[in-house]
Amino acid sequence: MKFRKYFGLRLVTWALTILIGVTFIFFIPRMFPTDPVENMIGQIQNRSGQMDPTEMAALRRSLRLQFGLEGSLWEQYVNYLQKGLLRFDFGPSLMSFPTPAGEIIGTYLPYTLLLSLTSTLLAWVVGNIIGLLAGFRKDKRSSKVLEAIAICIYPIPYFLVALILQIVFAFILGWFPLQSTINSMGGLGAYLSSLLRASALPAASLLLVGTGWWIISMKSLSAATAEEDFVQYARFRGLSEGRIGTGYVMRNSILTQITALAMSLGGAFNGAIMTEIIFSYPGVGTLIQKAILQSDYNMILGCITISIVAIATATLIADLIYPFIDPRIRYS
Amino acid sequence: MKKFWRNANGRLKTGLIMTAIFLFIGFVIYYIPHVNPFFQNTYGRKLPPSGTHPLGTTSLGQDVMWLLIEAIHNSLTIGLIVATIGTVVGVLVGLVAGFSGGLTDRALMVVTDTFVVIPSLPILVLMTALMRGNSTVVLLALVLAMFAWAWPSRQIRSMALSMKERDFIQTAWFSGEGTMQVVVTEILPYALTWSLSNFMNATLSAIASESSLAVLGLSPGNLLSLGNMIQWARDRNAIFARQWYWIGSPIVATVLLFIGLFLLITGYNDYLQMKRGR
Repeated sequence: MKFRKYFGLRLVTWALTILIGVTFIFFIPRMFPTDPVENMIGQIQNRSGQMDPTEMAALRRSLRLQFGLEGSLWEQYVNYLQKGLLRFDFGPSLMSFPTPAGEIIGTYLPYTLLLSLTSTLLAWVVGNIIGLLAGFRKDKRSSKVLEAIAICIYPIPYFLVALILQIVFAFILGWFPLQSTINSMGGLGAYLSSLLRASALPAASLLLVGTGWWIISMKSLSAATAEEDFVQYARFRGLSEGRIGTGYVMRNSILTQITALAMSLGGAFNGAIMTEIIFSYPGVGTLIQKAILQSDYNMILGCITISIVAIATATLIADLIYPFIDPRIRYS
Repeated sequence: MKKFWRNANGRLKTGLIMTAIFLFIGFVIYYIPHVNPFFQNTYGRKLPPSGTHPLGTTSLGQDVMWLLIEAIHNSLTIGLIVATIGTVVGVLVGLVAGFSGGLTDRALMVVTDTFVVIPSLPILVLMTALMRGNSTVVLLALVLAMFAWAWPSRQIRSMALSMKERDFIQTAWFSGEGTMQVVVTEILPYALTWSLSNFMNATLSAIASESSLAVLGLSPGNLLSLGNMIQWARDRNAIFARQWYWIGSPIVATVLLFIGLFLLITGYNDYLQMKRGR
């Protein structure tokens, strides 16, 4: 019964988060003085010379329709919520007209999810194991060295780690391709091996930064837990260090890390976008970059809407798993 | 000051020194008279490092060292502006939410949590893409500040919630001080020590966001920041031409600046914890 209430409340917050997010991205561009339609018309005129006024008016009308700019602000908003949020229909993409933007995003999104989710989870697991060991035996030399390495990597922005890896491993050493290309023609084997090769460096950049953070935070958490009375008690009972480490210290500090994982997903997504752009990995990040270069606003809006929904949903899932892991939860 | 230094831990000291060096470069050395590094063809092209050009020159004939100093100055300025706005707004929202409670608190918290959860970069991309061409440094700072207030406000709110119950606040309340006066004289000093680490964090993430936008070509074109310097060097094939001083110096500077700030933040947090523990 209590769980149902917690679940319901969490679902309401999830819906509100998405609603506030998309409302924000709907109204902000409309408060800017720049008008994407006039920009487009300017570009078209540059390319094809002057047009006569009736032709121009027709063009302007059809462009406003494509951009969802017809009708009052309220009508546009309701229209956007109905089509964009419920059916992921953002109108046609302007750079590959007339394919719908939503359809194109659908082909790029799996690659981003694959890259960001696997590297986030892997970083979480690896970082927490190392952090636990380092915190549990914090006076060992190896613990200090590991933490120092983590401190030197974590604060660097994702794109810079990606750039450094690209210069060192792809350019100087030549172990990996400079730009990711995925071979979708030569059968499953070729596809998978090219996917692995293309994802190696982007995933490595995300892993390095992510692991660094989990090592730092888990180390300080488990070092604090190791000082607690119940850990001392376990020692006096004569339990082995291994059992104290997993059964006492880890079980108590991992809970905080699950919440932290949920909170970190947005940042990890930002990182994935930047890393993709550095390596031209075929994901949403690269798509956003292309859309910016060609002023494809439907596509930009679509990518952002879907990102907000995806991140809010991933956070929701992480939060819903939490009560199953923590036996002390009170559903508040 | 002496006492502070004796009590400070290793991380705080290292972080302070590293950050101080960057502040010195960005706000003191920057004002030594020099040729505007923005001008092209002032010097020979692609010169190797020498006495007159410690880091060599670019393929456009600009002095790399002064470009770097200008970039450090601008990146720090943006970071500090954004962090100031973010901290002030965050502290205000957090205090209002924590002390008013009820519906105001809940409404403010839903909005705050939304800004904590949603990915900031795509939205920054949308806004800067719309401003492209007529974006300025001030506009960019305002846009970045939109994502700088949510985290401090969350922290300050939880601080305010626990403060409300403390004895000295109750005493001030019962001695007849008004709400505003209690907040200004009793709570703000506390909130400020707390906000200092948030402030440094916001500086760091603002510089990171700006440089990410620069890589996308969305930072103002006339702004010579660390991110733009890296991006311009990339655009002009500094990697393929192996001009390591040109592309490498802003990368190394950014990495060192971030490690310094991060050490400062974690060191300061540990220092506060130790002070509270005693």
